[in-house]
Amino acid sequence: MSKYTEEDLEKDLATKEYEYGFYTDIESETFPIGLNEDIVRAISKKKEEPEWMTEWRLEAFKVWKEMEEPDWANVHYEKPDFQSIAYYSAPVAVDPNKTLDDVDPELLAMYKKLGISVDEQKKMNNIAMDIVVDSVSVATTFKKTLAEKGIIFMSISEAIKEHPELVKKHLGTVVPQKDNFYAALNSAVFSDGSFCYIPKGVRCPMELSTYFRINQAGTGQFERTLVIADEGSYVSYLEGCTAPSRDENQLHAAVVELIALDDAEIKYSTVQNWYPGNAEGKGGVFNFVTKRGLCEKNAKISWTQVETGSAVTWKYPSCILKGDNSVGEFYSIAVTNNFQQADTGTKMIHLGKNTKSTIISKGISAGQSQNSYRGLVQINSRAENARNFSQCDSLLMGNKCGAHTFPYIEAKNKTAQIEHEATTSKIGEDQIFYCNQRGIDTEKAIALIVNGFSKEVLNKLPMEFAVEAQKLLEISLEGSVG
Amino acid sequence: MLSIKNLHASVEDKEILRGIDLEVKPGEVHAIMGPNGSGKSTLSSVIAGKEEYEVTEGEIFLQGEDIGELEADERAHKGIFMSFQYPVEIPGVTVTNFLKTAINETRKARGQEEMPAKDMLKMIREKSELLEIDRKFLSRSLNEGFSGGEKKRNEIFQMAMLEPKLAILDETDSGLDIDALRIVANGVNKLRSKDNAVVVITHYQRLLEYIVPDFVHVLYNGKIVKSGTKELALELEEKGYDWIKEEVGV
Repeated sequence: MSKYTEEDLEKDLATKEYEYGFYTDIESETFPIGLNEDIVRAISKKKEEPEWMTEWRLEAFKVWKEMEEPDWANVHYEKPDFQSIAYYSAPVAVDPNKTLDDVDPELLAMYKKLGISVDEQKKMNNIAMDIVVDSVSVATTFKKTLAEKGIIFMSISEAIKEHPELVKKHLGTVVPQKDNFYAALNSAVFSDGSFCYIPKGVRCPMELSTYFRINQAGTGQFERTLVIADEGSYVSYLEGCTAPSRDENQLHAAVVELIALDDAEIKYSTVQNWYPGNAEGKGGVFNFVTKRGLCEKNAKISWTQVETGSAVTWKYPSCILKGDNSVGEFYSIAVTNNFQQADTGTKMIHLGKNTKSTIISKGISAGQSQNSYRGLVQINSRAENARNFSQCDSLLMGNKCGAHTFPYIEAKNKTAQIEHEATTSKIGEDQIFYCNQRGIDTEKAIALIVNGFSKEVLNKLPMEFAVEAQKLLEISLEGSVG
Repeated sequence: MLSIKNLHASVEDKEILRGIDLEVKPGEVHAIMGPNGSGKSTLSSVIAGKEEYEVTEGEIFLQGEDIGELEADERAHKGIFMSFQYPVEIPGVTVTNFLKTAINETRKARGQEEMPAKDMLKMIREKSELLEIDRKFLSRSLNEGFSGGEKKRNEIFQMAMLEPKLAILDETDSGLDIDALRIVANGVNKLRSKDNAVVVITHYQRLLEYIVPDFVHVLYNGKIVKSGTKELALELEEKGYDWIKEEVGV
């Protein structure tokens, strides 16, 4: 009878491997490394953008040059050298007017490896998909079906050309160019991303989905997503991410802007599985993302995220509750293992009357990882009867990891009601023995306990995604057979 | 069924079991009694395969097979079930989901297919009726916010669902009022058959009024110092444990 100790548990947990760590040899066109005005112009030119877009980028670049990389987050890493990154990489032979049949067969093979057969996905799950590899959108499915309802779902590069009035009106209104260091960088160099517009009163009949993949070495990926839900409309949007295993760190700095006009609702779900680095903490993706949504009157935005990847995560999907009676929600599961570091949470900015926000955050730390929740609940002076409920739960495995909670609450109106609950628990040997005694092995027992812990958030995901996320949680903490 | 030979076990280098011999045949109920700290709970944990305990000497056989080297989950697959004195809570995992996982993992280990949902539902219905368990209870998180009585009843319900060969009831009577005790004991009695065996570990004679043992053993200082029939339990109830201590010369 062997003794199964905390140390064994840690050791077992440390053996998981990243299954998306392959690299596909597709021909790519990559810009020289480094960043200056010429590169910004070149990206814009490459994408055949109108003058206003080029100027917008240059403005962002000017601001960025003067900014400093933030270091207030509870993460420690060697700051990337922004002059040694290539800011544009695209699989060649991408024709903007392509159909699925024109897609490079190597690319399609890669999707298959990722478990997405574009064809299957769109048929079986009724999900319209936009796939972004390295920097360029390569396949948008289901465009026609959506167009019948007046829904626009395409890459942002196409949207800039085809719907400049919409892009020009909304781009940067929620996350301005100078918002923060990474948002400014993204504004200057973003190469692609997804654009979505739901017309007045339309309920989008299917899940819209974007799949991001970093493939090339030494490139940064900077997507820009803009979702506009016009008055009284509804859309559910999914986002998934993977990257090859590489020794060096790869940079990912995306910006997502959501705009929910009066009475509209946007559900935005993310399953983030960027390469987390190896068991010694080498390599992995730096994920520095700005996500923010704006709610007008009676509008609602829900962020749901399952974060299992990346070496370093810096991400705070937020809601600006501008309109009266608007609702913001944030549901998050963040798993860190080995040497991963995550500083993630949300900001709920209550501006309108009777605004409501809910925050449910579940942090799971294993190995020697550090997992921080950072959240701001701000009630402005005009926000009568604003309400917030926050719950932050942390689950620890082993003795070498850390869980941290940094809740910030600013209430400037006396009628505000704010509740905050926090718990920290540990997967105990007793729980594992109990499961073992019922015939459940240690690995399965951990998966069961973690899924139970995360249930409130998993329940918020669309069905197909929830199953995938559940599997992902299992894989992320895999290898625990004693 | 269960055969224990000269079992010595220690935790953190402290010897707790000092040579236990025990023979349990199919269809039998054995009670193991003893004062606090005599090693009762250690014995049940060691049989179930808890990692913290190190077996330094001796052997444990289940149906003739030496299970000494098996992990706890493998022993469970062989048909050992332990009702915990302090069942743990697993938030967010319903009783049903937990049982489903336990049953299917056990079937998988035995090379069987997963139990079809229809069969599982039928079995849950039958066993919950047998044990007078409210169906609402099954959708609650495992042991979370359960009363003492509910926790113990849930243990016996799991036992009913898993249909073990050998059930060890570790202080199942602790924390139960008389009504809960009767329900739990009735449950155990209904599950008894000529093919399974039960080891009841208890401090008091009370539970043995309901689950009547064939044999009673007194554990003291890591050894079985006296064995007898159910009358021995009554004698212990009346006189306490001190006379045993005197008798074995401590």
